[in-house]
Amino acid sequence: MVRQATLDQLCTFRLGSLYLGIDVREVREVLYHADITHVPHAHPAVRGLINLRGQIATTIDLRTRLQVDEEGSDRRPVHVVVQSEGEQVTMLVDAIGDVIDTDAEIYEEPPSTMVGSARELIVGTYKLDDELLLVLDVEKVVQLEQPEVEGVER
Amino acid sequence: MDEIISEFLIESYEGLDQLDQNLLALEESPDDTAVLKEVFRTLHTIKGTCGFLAFTYLERVAHAGENLLSLLRDGKLAMTPEIADALLATVDKIREILGTIEQTEAEGEPEIDDLVARLGALAEGKPGAAAGPQADAAPAEGETPAEGEAAPAEAAAEGGAAAEGETPAEGETPGEGETPGEGETPGEGETPGEGEAPGADRIGDMLVDAGAADRTDVEIAAAEQSLGDDRKLGKILVDDGRAKEAEVESAAQAQKAPTRSSADSTIRVDVALLDRLMNLVGELVLSRNQIVQLVNDKDDNEFTASAQRLNLITSELQEGVMKTRMQPINNVWNKLPRVVRDLSNQLGKKVRIEMIGKETELDRTIIEAIKDPLTHIVRNTVDHGIESPEDRTALGKDAEGVLILRASHEGGQVNIEISDDGKGIPAGPILAKAVDKGFLDADAASRLTEKEAVQLIFKPGFSTAQKVSNVSGRGVGMDVVKTSIERIGGTVDLQTEQGKGTTLNIKIPLTLAIIPALTVTCDGARYAIPQVNLLELVRLDGQGSSGRIEELHGAPVYRLRGNLLPIVDLRSELGLDSPDDDVINIVVLNADGHHFGLIVDTIEDTEEIVVKPLGRQIKDLKLFSGATIMGDGRIALILDVMGLAHGANLLAGAGEAEIEDVVSANTSLVDERTLLLLGLGDQQQVAIPLASVERLEEFPIEMVERSEGRLVVQYRQKIMPLVDLGATIGMGYGVFDDATHVSVIVCSFGGHTVGLAVREVLDIVSNAEVLETISSDSESVVVHGLITDVIDAAAVVSSVLPIAYTESAEYSDHGGYDAYNESPIGV
Repeated sequence: MVRQATLDQLCTFRLGSLYLGIDVREVREVLYHADITHVPHAHPAVRGLINLRGQIATTIDLRTRLQVDEEGSDRRPVHVVVQSEGEQVTMLVDAIGDVIDTDAEIYEEPPSTMVGSARELIVGTYKLDDELLLVLDVEKVVQLEQPEVEGVER
Repeated sequence: MDEIISEFLIESYEGLDQLDQNLLALEESPDDTAVLKEVFRTLHTIKGTCGFLAFTYLERVAHAGENLLSLLRDGKLAMTPEIADALLATVDKIREILGTIEQTEAEGEPEIDDLVARLGALAEGKPGAAAGPQADAAPAEGETPAEGEAAPAEAAAEGGAAAEGETPAEGETPGEGETPGEGETPGEGETPGEGEAPGADRIGDMLVDAGAADRTDVEIAAAEQSLGDDRKLGKILVDDGRAKEAEVESAAQAQKAPTRSSADSTIRVDVALLDRLMNLVGELVLSRNQIVQLVNDKDDNEFTASAQRLNLITSELQEGVMKTRMQPINNVWNKLPRVVRDLSNQLGKKVRIEMIGKETELDRTIIEAIKDPLTHIVRNTVDHGIESPEDRTALGKDAEGVLILRASHEGGQVNIEISDDGKGIPAGPILAKAVDKGFLDADAASRLTEKEAVQLIFKPGFSTAQKVSNVSGRGVGMDVVKTSIERIGGTVDLQTEQGKGTTLNIKIPLTLAIIPALTVTCDGARYAIPQVNLLELVRLDGQGSSGRIEELHGAPVYRLRGNLLPIVDLRSELGLDSPDDDVINIVVLNADGHHFGLIVDTIEDTEEIVVKPLGRQIKDLKLFSGATIMGDGRIALILDVMGLAHGANLLAGAGEAEIEDVVSANTSLVDERTLLLLGLGDQQQVAIPLASVERLEEFPIEMVERSEGRLVVQYRQKIMPLVDLGATIGMGYGVFDDATHVSVIVCSFGGHTVGLAVREVLDIVSNAEVLETISSDSESVVVHGLITDVIDAAAVVSSVLPIAYTESAEYSDHGGYDAYNESPIGV
C-alpha cells in the first residue's frame, strides 16, 4: 500500500457510527454552514453547490456516498473542503474530529467482510485502542459515476 | 519541462508563424530585402538555439534552409515557387520536430534527409532536382543522391561551428558580415545581446534618406570606423561637420525606438494567471454589486462616495482585465493565407486572400472556438466556391479569385464576413442531394425558394464530414461549422448569388465569461437563462389560463400569434409537480432555430452574470451549462437551452415535422381565431385577426398630420397613412375629435404600412372565448358578452386607400367583414 507510507497525520471526522479519516494535507478548510443550492437530477450523493468565496464548490453528502443510514436528519453537517483535479469539493460529515498522528504498526487493509460502495472508498484501517479508524480515498469519494437514468431523459 | 526548452518552443512557434506569412509575402514580392532578412533572422535564431540545446536534426534543417535563404538574400538566387515550397516545407518540418520536442523533450529521429537534400539542390541552383525528393524519396537523377549526402554532412559541420562560434542570444544581424563598418550602430552597443530590431535601419542610411547627410560622407565615415575609429558613425559625421548634431540625434532616437517598443513594452503572461484575474474581477464585481445595494439602504454620504468610487474603479478594472484576454482576430487569420495558398496550388486554382479588420479583438476563448470553423469555411470556399482559372477567364472574370475576410465590432458583437467572387452555391444540386438523403421529398423540395434551399447545407448530416478540422476539408460539414458558432452564442447567415459569389456572415459575442442573462425562479430556486437564447416573454393571466396550453398528440403547445409553440414545463423537467396556477409565465426560447416556450414560476430580472463551470460530478447534466453567483452571494444554475430542448425531445426530427404539418394545416384557422379587440367609443367594439397586426402604437394627436387630403403620421422615418376605423365602418365616435392620443394598429399590406386608428385597444382574445360564428361570410363572435364583428382589415384599408388594394386583394378572400356592403351590427 503506497499511500500508507505518505500518511503522517489524519484529519478525522464522524459519520453515524463510523470514525473516518483522510490525509490532513488534502483538507483545505472546514466550514460550519453554507447555503446549499440544490441541483436537480444530479447524482443522489450530490447535495448541491455552495459559494466558497466566489468559487463554486460541489457538495457531496458522505452519508449517501457511503450508504450510511439517514438517521439524524436534523443534524447540522460540517463541510470538509478538499481539492480534486483543480476543483473544490466539499464532503458533508456529521462532526469533525481531531487531527491524529498515524502509526504504521496498527495499519491494516480494509476488512474483506466490508461490502457495498464503502468497500471501494476505504483504503485501509487503523486499529485504535477503542475503535476502528477508516481511511477514505478522497479521489474515489469525489468521483461519482453518473446514474444510468439521465435526469433529462424521458 | 525544462524552462529553457519551453521558452525556446514558445519563441520558435512565434517565429514560425511569422515565417509562414513572410515567406508568402516574399513569393509576392521576391525583392523585398527587409522581409528576406527577417526570414533569415528567424531561421538563424532557431538554428543557433538548437545548436545550444543540442537538437541536431532541427539544427540541420534550419541550417539548410538558412543556406538557401542567404543565397536569396545576396541575390545569387531568385525566388521561385519551388524555393518557396521548399522553404515552407522546411517550416513544416521544423514545426513537426518542435511538436515532438514539446511532447517528449527530445527531437526523436525525424526524417529530414530528403528535405535537406532538396534544399541543398535548390541552393546549388538545380530546381529540377527539387521535384525529385518532393515527389519520391528515391529519385533517379545521378547527382542528387551524392549531393543529398554531402549537404547534410556539410550542414552538420557548419551547424556545429555555428553553435560553438556564436551564442544564440547574439542574434547576429544579416549583412553585418559583408559591410562591417556600416553595420556598427549606436543602438547596437546599448542593447547588447538583443540583436537589431527588424525595423531598425542603419543610421547611415537613415541619415541619407532624411537628407541629413550625403551618401559619400557616410561611406567615408564608415570606412574610418572600420579602420579602427571607435566613435559612433553619427558622431564621426557630426565631428567632421558633415551632419547636424540634432539630426543625427533624432535619427539615433528613431533607430532605438522600435527596439524599445518590442522588448520593453510587452511581457509574456501565463494565460492561467489571466484567467484567475478574470475570475477575481468577477468576484469583485459581485461584491461591488452587494455593497452598492447596501449603500442604497443607508444614509451615509461618506460611505456613498466611497462606494461610488469603488463602483467606478471596479468597472474600469473589469474592462482592463477583459482587454488583457482580448486577442486580435489576426491570430486566427494569419494561418489562413497559407491554407489558401496550399489548397489552391493543390487544386490548380488562383486565389488571393484579403483581410480587413485584422486588429479586431476578441476574447481568447472565442478566438479558440472560431479557429476551426473559420479554417473550414475558407477551405470550402477555395475548394467549392472559386472556379478554376480557365472557367473564370471564360466567364469574363479575373483569373485570380478573391477571398475577402472582414471583421468589425458592432454593439458588443463581432461581425466576421467571409466573401468570395466564385460561382455561388447552386440550389439545384443541393436540393437533389437533400432529396437523395431523404431530408425532404421532391414535392417539398420544389416548393423551397432558392435561399431556403441553400440553407440546407447547414442541415446535420448533409455532408459526410464528422468533425471540423483543418485536414478534413473536403465535402465538409457546414452543420458542424454552424453548431460550433452557435455553441458560443453566435449566428451564421449565408447569402449566395449564382455566378457572383457567396458571403457568409458570422456574428459572435465578444466574450463568454460575462453574459447577460434572464433570471427566473422555479420552486424557490433561481435559474439563469442566457439572453442569446431569449426571444420573448409571455404571461397568461386570468381564469382558465392553463386551458390555453393545449395538447397535441400528447405534447403541450401554446398558440402564439398563429403559430404552435411547443411548451416545456421547467417544473417537470426538474422533476417537480406542476401546480394548477392562474398565472402562467412562458419564456419563449430559441434553441438552434427551434422555438419553444418554457413555463417558469416567476420571471425576475436581466443582469450580467459571471459564468462558472460546474464540477465534474454534475458536468454531465444536460440541463445546466454552468452556474453563477448572484448579487446576494447565492448560486443560480444556468439553464442549457439546447439541453432543455433535447431533453424534451423537441429537436427530434419526426416530432417537429409533425408539429409543422399541423401548424400549416391550422394556420388559417389560428389566424382568424386569435383576435385583437378594439374599442371604437360609445361602447362599441370590433375585433381583427391578430395575425394581420404588426405592431400597436400610440401617437399624441399633434403628431397626426394631413398630406394629400389624408391623415398621416411620421413613423419610423416613413409616412404612414392613418385610417379611422370607426368612421370608415360607421361605428363609434370619430377617433380624432376630442382625444389627446390616438391608438394605432400598424398593419402591413403588400409592403405598404397602414395605421388603423381606434379609440382604444381592449384585449387579445384567444379562440377559447370566441363562442359563436353567426354567419359564414361576415363573421361575428361573442366576446365578453358583446356581439363583436370581426373586421377584415385588408378590406377596410383597400376601400379607402386604393394603393393597398391590388396587392392586398388576396386578403379579401378570407370572407371577412366588408364595411361598405354590410350594415354594422351594433349592440
